Amino acid sequence: MLNGNIFKKALNSLEETGILRPGAKPQTPDRLYIKCDACKAMLLADELREHLYVCPKCGAHMRISARDRIHMLFDEGSFQEWDADLLATDFLHFPGYPEKLAEYREKSGEKDGVVTGLASIGGHPCAIFVMDPGFMIGSMGTVIGEKITRVFERAAQQKLPVIGFTVSGGARMQEGTTSLMQMAKVSGAVKRHSDQGGLYIAVLTDPTSGGVTASFAMEADVLMAEPGALIAFAGPRVIEQTIHKKLPAGFQRAEFLLEHGFLDKIVTRDRLRVTLKRLLGYHRQEDGSYGRL
Amino acid sequence: MGDFDRVLAARSAERPTGLQFFSAMFSEFMELHGDRRFGDDPAIVGGIGRLNGMAVTAICTEKGRTTRDKVRRNFGSAHPEGYRKALRLMKQAEKFGRPIICLIDTSGAFCGLEAEERGQGQAIAENLLEMMTLRVPIVSVITGEGGSGGALALAVADTVWMLENGAYSVISPEGCASILWKNAAEKETAAEHLALTAEKLLPLGIIDRIIAEDEPMEQVMKKLGCLLYQEVERLRSINIDDLLEARYQRFRSMGTDKIQKGTEEL
Ligand SMILES: [Zn+2]
Repeated sequence: MLNGNIFKKALNSLEETGILRPGAKPQTPDRLYIKCDACKAMLLADELREHLYVCPKCGAHMRISARDRIHMLFDEGSFQEWDADLLATDFLHFPGYPEKLAEYREKSGEKDGVVTGLASIGGHPCAIFVMDPGFMIGSMGTVIGEKITRVFERAAQQKLPVIGFTVSGGARMQEGTTSLMQMAKVSGAVKRHSDQGGLYIAVLTDPTSGGVTASFAMEADVLMAEPGALIAFAGPRVIEQTIHKKLPAGFQRAEFLLEHGFLDKIVTRDRLRVTLKRLLGYHRQEDGSYGRL
Repeated sequence: MGDFDRVLAARSAERPTGLQFFSAMFSEFMELHGDRRFGDDPAIVGGIGRLNGMAVTAICTEKGRTTRDKVRRNFGSAHPEGYRKALRLMKQAEKFGRPIICLIDTSGAFCGLEAEERGQGQAIAENLLEMMTLRVPIVSVITGEGGSGGALALAVADTVWMLENGAYSVISPEGCASILWKNAAEKETAAEHLALTAEKLLPLGIIDRIIAEDEPMEQVMKKLGCLLYQEVERLRSINIDDLLEARYQRFRSMGTDKIQKGTEEL
């Protein structure tokens, strides 16, 4: 289904085509070619960027940074970041954690694994959180828990919808049982926002697993995913070790979850903007609020 | 006693299982089965018990006693239908104003093909979401292993206690060591730093009380029953909206004081 012209073709005649802005800054500025992990094609970095990091040959949706995604998706200049100054600490004196934090802060340019703030999409204001695959594969610790909790609390106060992008390898072991508690912490804030009538749309991207899947990734009113995204509680390797069997092809991919009733929709990256814009539009009330807030 | 020894004590086959706690604590217990959606998961047992005369909804993970029973109960590792049964019974408790008691001893939610297919992550997520606002008191006790999300799915409570030889952890020390250091033999080091013992969890605010194991387990279980009765009575005397606010803040505060503000690193 996916091919070179997915950016021009509407999936059904009722859904208008919405072209996203290509990413501004290259993720790999020093490389001319990038290899697609899925089909092994060598792709021109500039061309790939124009294609929103979706392989023009096979349609594979590559991982992109939180900043790239915000730039591609939300109205130009609309993003105002929240809580950019929160830093994790090594409160359990976990061997190697300070070095790992320093390494990933340097590599990703982020202080932790999620970027949050206020933005708009087609003029609809929303509170957003976008997890970053480049920071310890979005492993969830105290900073991610606190920042996302604040997103839902502020959204409830300011009567805003929440749009969240998840990507996570699971909980941050280096923060011990406190990292586990973040699942309950964020869930509490999601529930309060929801009970006030707030709208929450989640987009699950590759990979979303562990504690994030078992909490806020699965708690949205509308649950979408990018094509081919791995979405799991226990990752494929853990399951193969537990049951001593090879897993069938496509197991735990977005298409599998859709078929089993755990997703509302799979949306290709080029159609995310228009899909979110329309969903927000459906929930907009006469007084300018969203949902029942 | 090192932290990994504590993990071994929590896993010990000698440890009483959930149903043995029920028989020591309750004068009566009637099991209620099924999630009304898919099936009945024997890894989680739920029903109504009488605690010092008071009717309570009681839920536990159950590892099983005999080999046959252990296999049938999947060694206490629940499938999604187990968590959905627990939530069904908790909603029933809410409807009839019954307090809820959850006893937890599981190595974790089951990591298998069918569990994933039926939405293990979604089932746990729904419990976290719904338990946060159930309008009856909830008390959870980690009696042995508190294995990650599969334990937390029964532990979003007003009060969380833990037995002295319990272990409540985000990942098994073996799993942690093999992921971080590609060496399961580093499990002792991992255990020391995962903050999984009752002693380390108390100052972090993750548990509210340590239940001492300073006498034979039969006595410890009886004592736990008495303490649970008093605690439930205490929680019942609190206005429900105040109780829900406190439950929210209990989890809201987790880890917040460990975060640093500013650009200074570590
Ligand atoms: Zn490709």
